[in-house]
This record gives sequence, structure tokens and C-alpha cells, in this order.
Amino acid sequence: MEIFTTAIGLILSGDADLMTIIALSLRVSLSATLIAALFAIPAGAALAILQFPGRRLLLVISSAFMALPPVVVGLAVYLLLSRSGPLGDLGLLFTPTAMIIAQTILIFPIILSLTHQAVQPLNREYISLFNALDTPRGLRIRTIIWDARFAVSVAILAGFGRALAEVGAVIIVGGNINGLTRVMTTTIALETSKGNLQLALALGIVLLVIAFSVNLLTHTIARMGEKYQMVRA
Amino acid sequence: MKTLTLLIAALLSATIASADKSITLASTTSTQNSGLYDHVLPLFKAETGITVNVVAVGTGQAIKIAENGDADALLVHHRPSEDAFVSEGFGIERRDVMYNDYVIIGPKDDPAGVRAASNTSEALTAVANAKTLFISRGDDSGTHKKERELWATATLSPAGAWYREIGAGMGAALNMAAATDAYLMSDRGTWLSFGNRQNLTILFQGEPVLRNPYGLILVNPAKHPHVDVTSARRFADWMTSPKGQQAISDFRVENKQLFCPNAQPEQDSQAFCPSDAIQK
Repeated sequence: MEIFTTAIGLILSGDADLMTIIALSLRVSLSATLIAALFAIPAGAALAILQFPGRRLLLVISSAFMALPPVVVGLAVYLLLSRSGPLGDLGLLFTPTAMIIAQTILIFPIILSLTHQAVQPLNREYISLFNALDTPRGLRIRTIIWDARFAVSVAILAGFGRALAEVGAVIIVGGNINGLTRVMTTTIALETSKGNLQLALALGIVLLVIAFSVNLLTHTIARMGEKYQMVRA
Repeated sequence: MKTLTLLIAALLSATIASADKSITLASTTSTQNSGLYDHVLPLFKAETGITVNVVAVGTGQAIKIAENGDADALLVHHRPSEDAFVSEGFGIERRDVMYNDYVIIGPKDDPAGVRAASNTSEALTAVANAKTLFISRGDDSGTHKKERELWATATLSPAGAWYREIGAGMGAALNMAAATDAYLMSDRGTWLSFGNRQNLTILFQGEPVLRNPYGLILVNPAKHPHVDVTSARRFADWMTSPKGQQAISDFRVENKQLFCPNAQPEQDSQAFCPSDAIQK
């Protein structure tokens, strides 16, 4: 119970350091989600609609990559962005940008696979109609994403949840620098290592509250959309 | 497509641009977890305007980061590795900054009888003979290297179910020892600021061999031209100046001094480091 009091106290305190950490967590994970979604959703839909050799293989690879450990992604991005690595001249290691890149890579396969799952049944329904109307590919992809938008939004939320919750990648490429690259999960890891277990757990509850708020917001928007659609119909 | 590219660029670059000068310091968990940096870095920043971004990892990893050119300076605690770093041309201008000491920690009832030991080798031998749980960092950190050296000094090579190499930081090792009533070696700073001690206490301390000196090294700009050696040198100058040294000795946790400055050899380090930090 004391933990919940601590958690509520933390949220209400409006402590400047904590607010910076929460803001950075949201900024990094929302940016990564947005970038990943921009590419993964069309790609997922295209994999459901288009028939080409190697399509199955791509799908298998994509779902296998859903199991990619964040530490491995972090390590790969670290080696890429390190001054001794191929992109070292950009000087991006230990910046929020590096964290966004790592999380984007991490959640891209998740959004892609779940989008594919979401649009696959719709494609089976629509395919005869599409063929009869000789619909161009781009329009097919757009139509099917739009009609599956509520299921696709779940794919996006799954990606966001994974990004917000992971610690392995951001701690490697971000370095957990106070005031610069410290996010919720790396703070929790740090406080745990300091033996401040109560505080660490309280921060975990704060993180959950944030995730809950973002999900609630998305679902509310989705509900409003559904209602609007029914009214229109 | 153009707007898309712009949007992504904007998302990625949102906070890179920062007018402040900043350097990256690769350092150890012991200095970070104890809260030393939170105490001294704001003082340095107020005076110079330079932000020091600390990446706190084990000494082995910190040196690797600096070797790759991903940091401007290095503050670690394992002299042989530091000297190798400099002699291989990765670092320049190594300076003494401060020291604290290692302590042997274990459960209060001390089943192995470490309290009775008269030196570190005896203390470790007692643990090895009793085969009570001992947690080793196992992460190639400064503390881990020191621990292995101390076992070697005691002519022991610990192995078996009682000796657990966990491959994690000091805090994680302390958490595990607290949960399993195990023995371990920790630096005093991390121990004093550690919040989850449970049944653990210091059982052996104070021998000179347990001294834990920290060195500050600049990353060689000849090796990595992009490092900000000017700012890094200002940081090193400040840390070793009377002001920086005073800031280090003023840092207290639970009213105890954690680090003893020793950058200025002409000063008597005992005067800086009262008995509450290094207890005999």
C-alpha cells in the first residue's frame, strides 16, 4: 500500500526531474511508434494484398523478429552509431535520436505482423470486388487499411507498449544520462540497482498509469469513430 | 513523400541541437549510484557552463566506450587497465582524483566467521572454507577485477556452487546478496548509499590493500579527432583543483564522507579524509 502512496505522491509532486523523464519517455516511444507505423502499416497491408514470390518468407521473418531481444537491437544500433562504427560521424550515440532509432527497429516487425493479421481477413472479403473493379494496388492497400483501422490501431498500441516498456535497447544506446537520455524504464533499473526498491516499483506504477492513459485516449477516439460511422450509415 | 521525410527528420532531431557545451564522461556505477555526480557536476556546470553527460557502466565497458571514441573523458577505478588504456594510445593525461575503499559484506550472523579475520586473505579464505554463498560481480568491472586479484593474493581460485558470478552491476549484486544472505565485496560508496540492506553488514574493512583509487583520463584527440579535449581538460582541471577536491570531500551520504580526494600530492590526504570515510 505504501508503494501506491509513493506512486501517487510522485505523480502529484510534479517533480521537475520526474516530469523531464516522463516527457522523454513519451517523446521517444511515441516518435518511434509513429515512424515505425508509417512504414510498417503499408508494408503489412501490402504483404496481405500483393502476391509475389518470397511473400511467405517475409512474413515468417517478420513474425520471428517480434521475438527480437531489445538488448540485441540496442547492441546493433550501438555498433552502428558508435564513433568507430559505420555511422559514427553523425555523433548520434547517447542521444534521444539513437533511442528512437533503436525502438523503431524493435517495434517495426510487431506493427507489421499485427497489421498483416488485421487486414488479411478483409482482403479475402474484398478481393473479388477489387478484381472485378480492376482496382489499382495503391488504392487496394489504402482502402483495406482504412477499413481495418480499428484493428490496425491495436497493432500501433502494441508497438507503443513494447517501446514504452523496453529497457534493454535504450539503456545501451542512450546511456541513461541524467537529464538527457534517462527515461522511465532506465530510471527504474537505476533505482533498483541503488536498492531503492520501493521507489523503483512506484515508478513502475507511474509508467503503467501513463500507458493506461495513452491506451484510454486511443480507445476513446476509436469509439468516437465507430459511433460516427454508425450515425453516418 | 517530402512531408513524410521532413516529419521523420523532425521527430529524430527534436533535441539534438543544444547551445550548451557538453562532454560525455564514461564512468563507473559506483560513482553514479552513490550520488557523487549529482553533487559535483552542478557545481562544475555553474562555474564553466559545461554539461557533463555521465554514462555509468562497469570499468571494463567504460574503457571500451572510450576506446571507441564515444566519450570525451574516462573516470574509472582499475589502475592496470587505466595504464593500459593510456599506453595503447587511447588516453592522455591520467590523473589521480580520489579514492575510497572496498569492504567485505555479509550477513550479520557471519556463519563463515569473517569478522575474526585479521586481513583480507584470511577473510576470503574463511568464506571459501565455509563454502557460504559469495556473490561476484563477474562483469569485468573494476570491482570484479580487484576481487579476482584479492582471491589470487589469498592463493585461492573460487569455484563451485557457493561462488556465484552474476554478471551484473554493484547494485544488482548487493540486491542479490541481500536476498540470499550471501557474502560479497563492494566499494564503500555504493554500500553506504544502498537502500535495501536487509540482513547485510560490513564484516571486514580497513586494510590498505582494499584501497580503491579512481583515475581521470582524457580520450586522446589524436586517436579520435571529434572529442572535445578542451572541455574535457577543463573538467579534469576542475576536478583536481582545490575547488573540485573540496566538492568531492564535501559529498556526504548519511553524514559520512564517501570519497577522499587525492589529486594534490602536496596536501596531506588524511586532512581531507577523516576517519569516518576510511575506518580502521
